[in-house]
Amino acid sequence: MLDKADHRLRPFAPYGVELASRLLLGTAQYPSPHVLAEAVKSSGSGIITVSLRREQARGKAGERFMELIQQMGARVLPNTAGCRTAKEAIATANMARELFDTTWIKLEVIANDDTLQPDLFGLVEAACVLVKDGFQVFPYTTEDLGAADRLLAAGCEILMPWGAPIGTGRGLANPYALKTMRNYFPGVPLVVDAGIGAPSHAAQAMEMGYDAVLLNTAVAKAADPVRMAAAFRWALEAGRTAYESGLMEMRDMASPSTPVAGTPFFELGRT
Amino acid sequence: MSGAMEAEISNRHDTSAGTPQQPLAIHVNGEPRQTEAETLAALIEEAGYGQARVATALNGDFVSARARAATPLKAGDHVEIVAPRQGG
Repeated sequence: MLDKADHRLRPFAPYGVELASRLLLGTAQYPSPHVLAEAVKSSGSGIITVSLRREQARGKAGERFMELIQQMGARVLPNTAGCRTAKEAIATANMARELFDTTWIKLEVIANDDTLQPDLFGLVEAACVLVKDGFQVFPYTTEDLGAADRLLAAGCEILMPWGAPIGTGRGLANPYALKTMRNYFPGVPLVVDAGIGAPSHAAQAMEMGYDAVLLNTAVAKAADPVRMAAAFRWALEAGRTAYESGLMEMRDMASPSTPVAGTPFFELGRT
Repeated sequence: MSGAMEAEISNRHDTSAGTPQQPLAIHVNGEPRQTEAETLAALIEEAGYGQARVATALNGDFVSARARAATPLKAGDHVEIVAPRQGG
């Protein structure tokens, strides 16, 4: 049995907010607002990600969306999606704080349109400014340990490395690097953000000891987003429970599970 | 830029008494716009956002809701007016 002090039993508590669910769910690309609301409910997620976009004059889209997310009851994590520089991300974060009334910000500074890879230099620069300004930053980063150290030094209390490029659904493209990151930062909440395509990917991240996963497209673009949200909920519970239970060590050679002692015909036909 | 628009902008520098305020050529959410608003708060009203839940930036820098009335506009300014949306 695990001791209660074992780090494997640590709850997911970003910036001190303890959450029952280890899923952070995006709110974009759903077939309808109703399906979005049902999917959030079905996922059990306690955090939903949101964004900001240009509003039309006399437009009501923002008002309607705020009413919808307020009914969902989940904590809101605004993002800075699409920002290409630290300056853009800082301004966007400030606009998000005013509109959503939260100091939480999912910080994205994008370096490349093809991979949507984080610009680690801009990310660290923006994180330094935002933390000093009172934000609680959730940085979307890579597995780079040097950048991770800089983000922690800047005051980030959580790291969100990518699994694979945003929207690809390729799962954990570099499991070795993600395992290394998990081992390198045993006490830091780590969230796999982006690239998750299937519940098995989310379970894999959980089995590695990641604290949570953040995903959007895998649920929103499923044929039945509400049922897929439930599938992710179960996969996360399974993977996390497995991690907390202590997975067996992998071996190179076969090892019989049935006892060898007392095997019938043991001496016959064997040299 | 049309000749008429250049003339209008040029007229703004005419400080003779009694000259009516000429429109400013600015950009709002990436679109060119002529405005008679002198402040960001006035622009929000003029452009029809009224009491809508929007946040603003001027030339790439955040301007809080309460700072808008004290934020003057000038020709060539780029204003962003954003609202909550779905995101990943």
